[in-house]
Amino acid sequence: MTIANVLTVALLVIGCFFFLTGTIGLVRFPDFYARMHATGKSDTLAVFCCLLALAIHHGLALDSFKLLLIAVFVYVANPTGTHAICRAAFRAGVKPWTRKTNK
Amino acid sequence: MLSRESDNLIVKTVVRIFVPFIQVYALYVIAHGHYSPGGGFQGGVILGASIVLLFLAYGRRQAMRRMGEGLTAFMNSTGVFIYGGIGLLCLLLGGNLLDYASLDRILHVGAAQSRSLGILGVEVGVGIAVMAAMISIFLDISTGGDLPDDDND
Repeated sequence: MTIANVLTVALLVIGCFFFLTGTIGLVRFPDFYARMHATGKSDTLAVFCCLLALAIHHGLALDSFKLLLIAVFVYVANPTGTHAICRAAFRAGVKPWTRKTNK
Repeated sequence: MLSRESDNLIVKTVVRIFVPFIQVYALYVIAHGHYSPGGGFQGGVILGASIVLLFLAYGRRQAMRRMGEGLTAFMNSTGVFIYGGIGLLCLLLGGNLLDYASLDRILHVGAAQSRSLGILGVEVGVGIAVMAAMISIFLDISTGGDLPDDDND
């Protein structure tokens, strides 16, 4: 049990936890914006944690560098996609959920 | 819908930064296709997707300046010409269609090496053709079939 193994397992557990919370939010939250909020943020961090864990597990090699490049790409592209989808929904007139509109 | 430029600064900046990286990655997928997963078709789709991203963020008018209809049609037929030309060249040199070992007669690098180079040439052709086909399919779908002239839309 080396330090690298401990780090790998810890980061994978953190990543899976954020995937789980994001998915629960996607299923349970009441409207479109809240669902985007749940998945957009937590999935980005979860992907980053999982890829970092894989890179640490693989050691110092070209494949680890490629994994980190994917992580950087997701880190920029995922929030941008979430932003564009939310903005398009707002322009199209999707109303946010409130207690009043639901009663 | 696509004729005007998006006013979204975040999307435009991210697209401007990321399109070159996506295209370099697509070239890597094409050039490395015979050693690893990927190849001409996949790399061509990634290249086409990067141009489609440009169309989505910057509007049709600005993107057409870089990748117009004429250039798309030209690249489409060029890709098919490279692919079919290498195949027919093998036939002319006395082998079967797309039998790259017969390319050795003009390349003089050995049968194995000429097979590798022949596959690379075919994949470059497929990549160009697929990229151009992706863009023209996207243009056809997004404009409903009739592309308006740039002057009067």
